[in-house]
Amino acid sequence: MAERVLVKGTEAIGEAAVRAGCRLFFGYPITPQNELPEYMSKRMPEVNGSFLQTESEVATINMVYGAACTGRRVMTSTSSPGFSLMQEGVSYMAGAQLPAVLVNVVRGGPGLGDIQPAQSDYWQATKGGGHGDYKLIVLAPSTLQEAVDLVSLAFDLADKYRNPVLILADGVIGQIMEPVTFPEFKDPNTLPKHDDWALQGAIGREKHVVTSFDIDPVVLEKMNLELVEKFKKIESTEKRWEEYKLDDADVVITAFGTIGRISKSVVTRARQEGIKVGLFRPITLWPFPYKRLEEIVKGKKLVLDVELNMGQMLEDVKLAVKDNAPVAFYKRMGGMVPTPEEILDVLKMELGR
Amino acid sequence: MTTRMIFAGFGGQGVMLMGQIISLAGMIEGKYVTWMPSYGPEMRGGTANCTVVLSDEEVASPVTDKAEVIVVMNIPSLVKFQTDVTPNGFLLINQSVIDRDADRSDIHVIKVPCNEVADELGNLKVANMVMLGAVIGGTDIISTDNLFKALEKKLSGGKSSLIEVNKKAITKGYEIGKMALAK
Repeated sequence: MAERVLVKGTEAIGEAAVRAGCRLFFGYPITPQNELPEYMSKRMPEVNGSFLQTESEVATINMVYGAACTGRRVMTSTSSPGFSLMQEGVSYMAGAQLPAVLVNVVRGGPGLGDIQPAQSDYWQATKGGGHGDYKLIVLAPSTLQEAVDLVSLAFDLADKYRNPVLILADGVIGQIMEPVTFPEFKDPNTLPKHDDWALQGAIGREKHVVTSFDIDPVVLEKMNLELVEKFKKIESTEKRWEEYKLDDADVVITAFGTIGRISKSVVTRARQEGIKVGLFRPITLWPFPYKRLEEIVKGKKLVLDVELNMGQMLEDVKLAVKDNAPVAFYKRMGGMVPTPEEILDVLKMELGR
Repeated sequence: MTTRMIFAGFGGQGVMLMGQIISLAGMIEGKYVTWMPSYGPEMRGGTANCTVVLSDEEVASPVTDKAEVIVVMNIPSLVKFQTDVTPNGFLLINQSVIDRDADRSDIHVIKVPCNEVADELGNLKVANMVMLGAVIGGTDIISTDNLFKALEKKLSGGKSSLIEVNKKAITKGYEIGKMALAK
């Protein structure tokens, strides 16, 4: 079995990307994810890759766009205000059907925001942060091992669907150390070549065009509809979630990322007090697992959604739950993280205990 | 069993490293571990702390406001964290810097003259390892062997000449931790 190593979250994500065959990284510094570009600046030269610190996030995302046009695996990482600056480019990439892996280690916003853990970019991530009709595949890890596994998956999904994939993390995932097992190295030369569309030199073949746009509305509508079909396919096949102690539960906690793992402690403690609680943790925030959540909540006493924002995933939870169970919500904001005890108290209050 | 630990002190006292080494030792011992730094906009000379969770089960929350073991290396840390030790838990005080007592009678308080011991060993920088030794001497949460293994891993390469003096510091601290409880 591969060796377990104790690593920091940002470094775990970086090493996982290298092992997934990523050899191109562009980034601009912003806390709390600086250790990731720092790691890549050291690691990329060791594996014959390229690391570039750009002059701004706008430059970063456009370099990612350019690199993705070659069909090679490319990554960037940033934190909330930086990701806002990237949105124009992200929309262009989605429109041009370019694969890339983006990482947002979310800070407590809006505006500048502090550097503590938050989940307040859920809407931006899942409802289209940039302009136009597009979706990102959004993956939310709750442990470092899961972050490592999801980075590999993110590159595969980006390649499979020719679409940007976003890892939505927060300061806890970015800053903690935890043991992980890394997968084997993938040889970049064995990865999909994308030579049916990528820009790799046109000698001896028809030219390829990578663009998000056509001036003829008839053609542009066709391009838009092609995207819609792709998003439908992703929705039907790529939903991922974790169910934890739901079989006999009366109460369902819904939570993602760091709050997802903290909620596992709540489940354990509640059960010690005789309250049957389970956890439903979406792993893909888009596509959101509406149908499964709807099935699960039927006949439950309560659904308690817990987030580090004003109630963003809450909208999707309510869309899924409908009238099948009452939905309560608990939030912390601005970089504050609740303890399991705190969430348990809220849960007991909601149950009238 | 799950043990939550907080290490707190001035920047430069090695509190982050203490947490990392005991986390590594926990991993080597086969436990689940998380290490979480305080990472606010800290200034040089300001206070720093990290939270370590060692458990036989998967660690659900790396964040905690209470801990079974809290190590304070300076006075601001004592003031801030002494109320967060769980009843019957352990508070380890760096006696070389902190000239006052804890206000708690429901916990085990272990005072460790970290700097004096480190000075005797000829390297003031190992004061944090004296404290780490006292932590495992007092609490028995990790074996000394695995702590040594973690130390060797952390100090491999260019720093390997420092392993011996760090081991001595841990051993001294361990005795202090054990003695404190025998009283």
